[in-house]
Amino acid sequence: MGRIAALTRNPAMIALVAALAITGCASKKTPNNAADLGLNGAGAATPGSAQDFTVNIGDRIFFDTDSTSIRADAQTTLARQAQWLNQYKQYAIVVEGHADERGTREYNLALGARRAAATRDFLVSKGVASSRLKTISYGKERPVAVCDDISCWSQNRRAVTTLSGAGS
Amino acid sequence: MRSFLKPLLTIAAMALGMTAVVPMPAWALVELNVNKGNVEPLPIAITDFQGGDALGAQISQIVSADLKRSGLFAPIDKSAFIEKIANPDATPRFDDWKVINAQALVTGSVSKEADGRIRAQYRLWDTFAGQQMSGEQFFANDANQRRVAHIIADAIYERITGEKGYFDTRVVFIDESGAKNARKKRLAIMDQDGANIRYLSDGRSIVLTPRFSPNRQEITYMSYESGQPRVYLLQIETGQRELVGNFPGMTFAPRFSPDGQKVIMSLLRDDGNSNIFAMDLRSRSTTRLTNSTAIDTSPSYSPDGSKVVFTSDRGGRAQIYVMGADGSGQTRISFGDGVYSTPVWSPRGDLIAFTKQTGGEFQIGVMKTDGSGERILSSGFQQEGPTWAPNGRVLMFFRDSAGGPKLVSVDLTGRNEQPIPTANFASDPAWSPLLE
Repeated sequence: MGRIAALTRNPAMIALVAALAITGCASKKTPNNAADLGLNGAGAATPGSAQDFTVNIGDRIFFDTDSTSIRADAQTTLARQAQWLNQYKQYAIVVEGHADERGTREYNLALGARRAAATRDFLVSKGVASSRLKTISYGKERPVAVCDDISCWSQNRRAVTTLSGAGS
Repeated sequence: MRSFLKPLLTIAAMALGMTAVVPMPAWALVELNVNKGNVEPLPIAITDFQGGDALGAQISQIVSADLKRSGLFAPIDKSAFIEKIANPDATPRFDDWKVINAQALVTGSVSKEADGRIRAQYRLWDTFAGQQMSGEQFFANDANQRRVAHIIADAIYERITGEKGYFDTRVVFIDESGAKNARKKRLAIMDQDGANIRYLSDGRSIVLTPRFSPNRQEITYMSYESGQPRVYLLQIETGQRELVGNFPGMTFAPRFSPDGQKVIMSLLRDDGNSNIFAMDLRSRSTTRLTNSTAIDTSPSYSPDGSKVVFTSDRGGRAQIYVMGADGSGQTRISFGDGVYSTPVWSPRGDLIAFTKQTGGEFQIGVMKTDGSGERILSSGFQQEGPTWAPNGRVLMFFRDSAGGPKLVSVDLTGRNEQPIPTANFASDPAWSPLLE
């Protein structure tokens, strides 16, 4: 685990996945605005927008191998997510659960589902109405990072909080 | 009747009269014992079938490729042949074949009937015993040329090994194309040797884990087409699709029962765990078989329908369990060092194939149904998902390397691994029963 964590915190890795709004190392040097992420500073997110959520709050958390427990760094991210979601109640929320490729297909569908449920339950515990929350598992079908080593796998073991149904 | 892919084969098998010059006792005939650990492939000469222009050579080539891939036969290069077969029904000059060490010889012919059908016949000769072992003829329509060759290969395999063949079969699988983070996945079906591929879905939704019904006409699979991933049935011929059950959460990991009356699958619970259910396709009634706060998935029936093998992580990490078909007596059977998943019961009933993760590798292996006698047949960086050939002697699975997955077969000795050719990447293979 130590090695995986070290790789996740490797600055080069962060640069690589910055556009994906990495939040796995929130307690350290978290990129917390669009400029830090290499996005065009002119397009700073409007507060309360989906972009604001993705860029400034962080839409995803990461898991240890074959684990569904919410890590300490993920708890920080989810607490921030909950606060934002409780402020902007117009959004319905779908939590996507994902697994890395180091498991078999059907088991990973179940694992992704469990990660999504754990994430949902944490958000509910922080006051987000359960009626706003749905979950879906993608198993290992939708990797964001593509390579054959642990630096990728750690990015793919994730739960992503996605917003939909924004009130017009 | 035997409708699978129309237009249909009207195969009529007829035994061809023996023309043996010297009758020999049956025990003298060439045979292969596939149960022995180390089988030397049997040298066999497969001559071009006479007539039918290129078709005769094509049939011989398909028969030869099937037998060679089985690992049990070593077809002899045609350039070594001494006797040029002029009449495939006449007794060959056995000495000419013995001298090139052909222990078995195949002759045959193919012709067009007045009604447009193809007539193919073969004779299998034991060169050292100096007699015919078997001979049959088959009629087929044009569209089934390759099937005729597979049926002949099955007949030869069966006559020499004493085991049922598996060449006249198909495979459903997932055809994969595009970048790894935006894979397009399509349901596809092909002959077991990779020929005659046909697509059964358009690639707009993720589709996974297709499996044949015992009647070969239907498959069950999982699709994201409704947004929520769910299990469906698909009639292969008509393309008619149907949702299996109306459950609140994700359904996945479907398989038919051996009588085709039920689909067994996993259903996601609201707490994030997964349990196993069986649904009767006629009455639509569902039965819960497991009720654990764990991941219970990948169920597979024993061929007599009395038991179910499945994966569960109720003990901490994924392991293999067996239970009665009513959910009774759930017992862990895998105790090796590693994580076990994707158990599949052999059609012979004697073994369970599985994927095992250990030491950074993915292994394909088999164990007895009580978990003893584990044997690893193939190891690799990333491979999974075994499916059994209908004779229970060969497994197919998929291996991820060089950018994407491809299909591979391996026999029960583990010594004969063969790539299955597919145009694109391919995963989740499921072998059909023997066609009829």
